[in-house]
Amino acid sequence: MSVLIAFNTIVRKELYRFIRIWPQTLLPPAITTALYFLIFGKLIGDRIGTIHGVSYMDYIVPGIILMSVITHSYANVVSSFYSTKFQRNIEELLVAPVPNWVILAGYISGGILRGVLVGVVVAIISLFFTPLIIQNLAMAIAVVFLTATLFALAGFINAILAESFDDISIIPNFILTPLSYLGGVFYSVDMLPQIWQHISLGNPILYMVNAFRFSVIGVSDVDISLAFLMTGGFIVVLTVFALWLLHRGTGIKT
Amino acid sequence: MNALSINNLYKTYTNGFEALKGIDLEVKQGDFFALLGANGAGKSTAIGIISSLVNASSGTVKIFGYDVNKQRDLAKSCLGLVPQEINFNQFDTAKNIVLNQAGYYGIPRKLALQRTETCLKQVDLWDKRDTASRRLSGGMKRRVMIARAMVHAPKLLILDEPTAGVDIEIRRSMWEMMKEVNKQGTTIILTTHYLEEAESLCRNIAIIDNGKIIEHSDMASLLTRLHVDYFVLDLGQSVTNPILTGYEVKQISDKVLEVGVPKERNLNDLFTQLSAANIHVVSMKNKSNRLEQLFINLIDNKNAREL
Repeated sequence: MSVLIAFNTIVRKELYRFIRIWPQTLLPPAITTALYFLIFGKLIGDRIGTIHGVSYMDYIVPGIILMSVITHSYANVVSSFYSTKFQRNIEELLVAPVPNWVILAGYISGGILRGVLVGVVVAIISLFFTPLIIQNLAMAIAVVFLTATLFALAGFINAILAESFDDISIIPNFILTPLSYLGGVFYSVDMLPQIWQHISLGNPILYMVNAFRFSVIGVSDVDISLAFLMTGGFIVVLTVFALWLLHRGTGIKT
Repeated sequence: MNALSINNLYKTYTNGFEALKGIDLEVKQGDFFALLGANGAGKSTAIGIISSLVNASSGTVKIFGYDVNKQRDLAKSCLGLVPQEINFNQFDTAKNIVLNQAGYYGIPRKLALQRTETCLKQVDLWDKRDTASRRLSGGMKRRVMIARAMVHAPKLLILDEPTAGVDIEIRRSMWEMMKEVNKQGTTIILTTHYLEEAESLCRNIAIIDNGKIIEHSDMASLLTRLHVDYFVLDLGQSVTNPILTGYEVKQISDKVLEVGVPKERNLNDLFTQLSAANIHVVSMKNKSNRLEQLFINLIDNKNAREL
């Protein structure tokens, strides 16, 4: 019971935090993705025609939604937990009888909530450009949930290991964003030369984007079961690693 | 029962610095205990280990019999900590800071709201409950931390320099509050650089220096070990090296003397000698408070032994 109260407290605090600063957390993805839909989907997309039998706008909408989920679930946890470390209010949690897994679950849930909320905002924006008809709602929800969980976990680990504000921007700028753009958000890997198709298959984001795209429009470049397996596997590995870091007190205890 | 038992506690940081070199400490339930030491002596490291913020290299710490390593949650639930530095989210309101802390301790929301109100009223901050904490004064921020530490009604409260940077009026009101909390049964461990604070509030004391406990006794018997009290006398006229038999005399300026009064002598005798020498005393004050003098003596003696 007390563990559940502690968990709810962390989640409520996280929710309150990113809702309070909505001009920084919810508004920018709405504007950015509206521009993506307008420029890539409408202006350029009309000249591209169709991919796998669907219009270019319909093709990129799932990818852009999931890219927003990835970016914001990661950003929420990395910035929130690092700030908590930086301001030392992590000590509020460390002195209290809150198990490490509750700390982890609380922050990850905060990241998932923001990722999902941003995903919903982007989906609503997309409705101004194209009707969004989801073919498999359960699968879409599962992919969004698992993807947000995975990237929230990655953000948490980044925050634990970060020693400065620079460290929390390196991975989003130099790894996450390139992998997202190269993860088939704006194109099908079939359009790439053979060698780049093989290289792209090493990008985990490609699998998640395609799984989500499959759930929305029924089109995918990869095996969906492999996408779920890969995402689930990464979640397990990162969860164990994050708990081990918390147990050791890495970055939060001396 | 001991509120706190520390046994053979060592801490060596990764850079090789030995902050604690095998300390043993016991604090009885209900005590108001002073843990004193110069900056860097090891107080904050010890408090960090007690409150699970620092990993010990070896040794054991028990809070009300619960081992902080083996029965961590039980040990933590007995403890409230007011740290030395402000460590709450400066964007949160005072109310949310205290309320969230109650939540971390598993207190149901309805009860947490009641306790938050009680604690904020106790530290005289209820009127400021919805103010973002960054807009509060330094003294108010410290009181928010006290309210936060008390919201789960801990049996052991550690106050790490709670009155640092607080004006004298608020400091005195905080002393009254701490006395009241202690009177209600909460064991308090206080670290402070204001030794008059420790002398007036605490019943037992430990002094830590260079990672070792060099003194651990009750305040009264410790103070009786002070052999000389020093007084500063402001004189009505200029004097030059007056001789006062049985007293240490130091000339500070032509109209100011510092006189050391040994325990076996008394002030009446001093004034008799001053009157006989036709020296008129305008005012007199303690050079420093007694505990401060003793603290300096203990540290100096230890350093001298080590040389």
